[in-house]
Amino acid sequence: MGQTVIEKIIAHNVGRTSVKPGEIVTAKVDRVMLDDIMMPFIVGKFQEMGFDKVWDPDKVVMIYDHLVPASQQDDVRHYKVGDAFAKEQGLKHVHRSDGICHQLMTEAGYVKPGDVVFGTDSHTTTYGCVGAFSTGIGYTEMAAILGTGELWVKVPETIRVEIEGELPAGVMSKDVILRLIGDLGADGATYRALEFAGSTVEHMTVASRMTMTNMAIEAGAKCAVFATDEKTAEYCGIRLSDFQKSLGGDADAVYEKVLRYRAEDFVPVMACPSQVDRIRNVSELEGTPIDQVFIGSCTNGRLEDLAAAAEVLKGKKVSPFIRLIVTPASRLVYEQADRQGILRTLVEAGAIVTHPGCGLCCGRAGGILSDYERVVATNNRNFLGRMGTSKVEIYLASPRTAAACAVAGKITMA
Amino acid sequence: MEQFTGRVWVLGNDIDTDIIIPTEYLALKTIEDMKQYGFSPLRPELAGQIRPGDVIVAGKNFGCGSSREQAPEVVKALGIRCVIAKSFARIFFRNAINNGLLLIEQPDLYDHVKEGDTITVTVNEHVEHQGKTYPIASLPDNLVEIIEAGGLVKAMRHRNGLEA
Repeated sequence: MGQTVIEKIIAHNVGRTSVKPGEIVTAKVDRVMLDDIMMPFIVGKFQEMGFDKVWDPDKVVMIYDHLVPASQQDDVRHYKVGDAFAKEQGLKHVHRSDGICHQLMTEAGYVKPGDVVFGTDSHTTTYGCVGAFSTGIGYTEMAAILGTGELWVKVPETIRVEIEGELPAGVMSKDVILRLIGDLGADGATYRALEFAGSTVEHMTVASRMTMTNMAIEAGAKCAVFATDEKTAEYCGIRLSDFQKSLGGDADAVYEKVLRYRAEDFVPVMACPSQVDRIRNVSELEGTPIDQVFIGSCTNGRLEDLAAAAEVLKGKKVSPFIRLIVTPASRLVYEQADRQGILRTLVEAGAIVTHPGCGLCCGRAGGILSDYERVVATNNRNFLGRMGTSKVEIYLASPRTAAACAVAGKITMA
Repeated sequence: MEQFTGRVWVLGNDIDTDIIIPTEYLALKTIEDMKQYGFSPLRPELAGQIRPGDVIVAGKNFGCGSSREQAPEVVKALGIRCVIAKSFARIFFRNAINNGLLLIEQPDLYDHVKEGDTITVTVNEHVEHQGKTYPIASLPDNLVEIIEAGGLVKAMRHRNGLEA
């Protein structure tokens, strides 16, 4: 009997030849990610549980991103608690202002194909872009992992999504994942793994794949994954082991269902306020007035995203009453965009380029909006009140669409 | 079998964790500091109206969105005895169990109950509302163990020899 990618990863992790959906197993954790918002709670629970020592300091990565730089007086407490814990436990992998956690986990090489990784943020699903099983957990479970190195996992059913062919010009992987979330619904993949396959995703960069695994949680998915290939190996800077090479879905694997798409059918889309699965074609929303555009986040703040925006903005100007905020996902992305002249193009067009980090995505940085304002944003959530008051309307889109909207001052196609 | 009666608050589908506790309050020091902002983007007055022992009944996908464990902790701190929904998002589900907040998946009750009604829950058996009973499934063994230990923190304290 064949296996899905996630079944292979979990079976390998627990030292078995196969596992079945619905089985509850205890996974040995390869890496954990702790973010700044949760630090005081994680440390508090770790102590309350009676642990003294982290099971393996090398497997722990701490990243300050949501609260960097501090925008409220109390935010600094989170760094202090984290720093004290890192010192006490001898943690070496600490990032204090290098960018967003999910970007750094893969970019800095903390996650490899076949790994089992947990993080205290729901978008931990992202690391399936490099063939890992990764998912978000709460701070109590994180504290338990820090003490034991283990966590129970229910083996999920897998939904396979096959996309064949070439995407139309101007359609980005963001448009693909938004459409899938619209089709599945915000709970359509709850408890499931999503496995993306087909020639379309085989041709995608790891950065584009990352956008899709990042947003899998918006369909409720436990995790999402791509087959490990040469692109994965190159991105991770490794030679693939036999196990890693095997991380594709078997032809005779059992899937809960298989969804098939033709790439040429995809068009630029948006998730409309205030549900991630309320998907409309951009053409249907043409002309809707907007006040702000945000390009950034762990969903779409990478070099290729900024380059796509710059391509649209080159030689043009942001509409006079629009605030265009661009937030690179990491320091490395920031440096690369600088060297390639992308930042210059953006700034000349009238963009406000901010420091790397979560930025406006979680409503904790400059750019929060007020009642009845509308924003086109490239991040992953348009929930009520996420970027300001509960009367703000958030439209989620690709970087390319977002940039075109900034120039037009209204919703428009790139 | 454990039984309790509670007054119902009805919420809709896809009640996300940003609604349950918005990001701007997540860095407050304690859950007690946060709880007054519970559900504020959707119903700013709700946190002040909930009385200990009340029950939330909601539609599908309750607790979707972020992994913030402050969400179930706030719900519990407000005194909510249990949340009954058509379905729950999975991270919220785990977090709630780990904190000893009772969640009940029940597909039909939501369509028949209205705010202010009273329901009676018999844990692991059924919910009773206006003379009608709605069956509920029991939880997997490993989750029952965590709940019986009093949550994951207590289970770990037991493991570490700090509690009997």
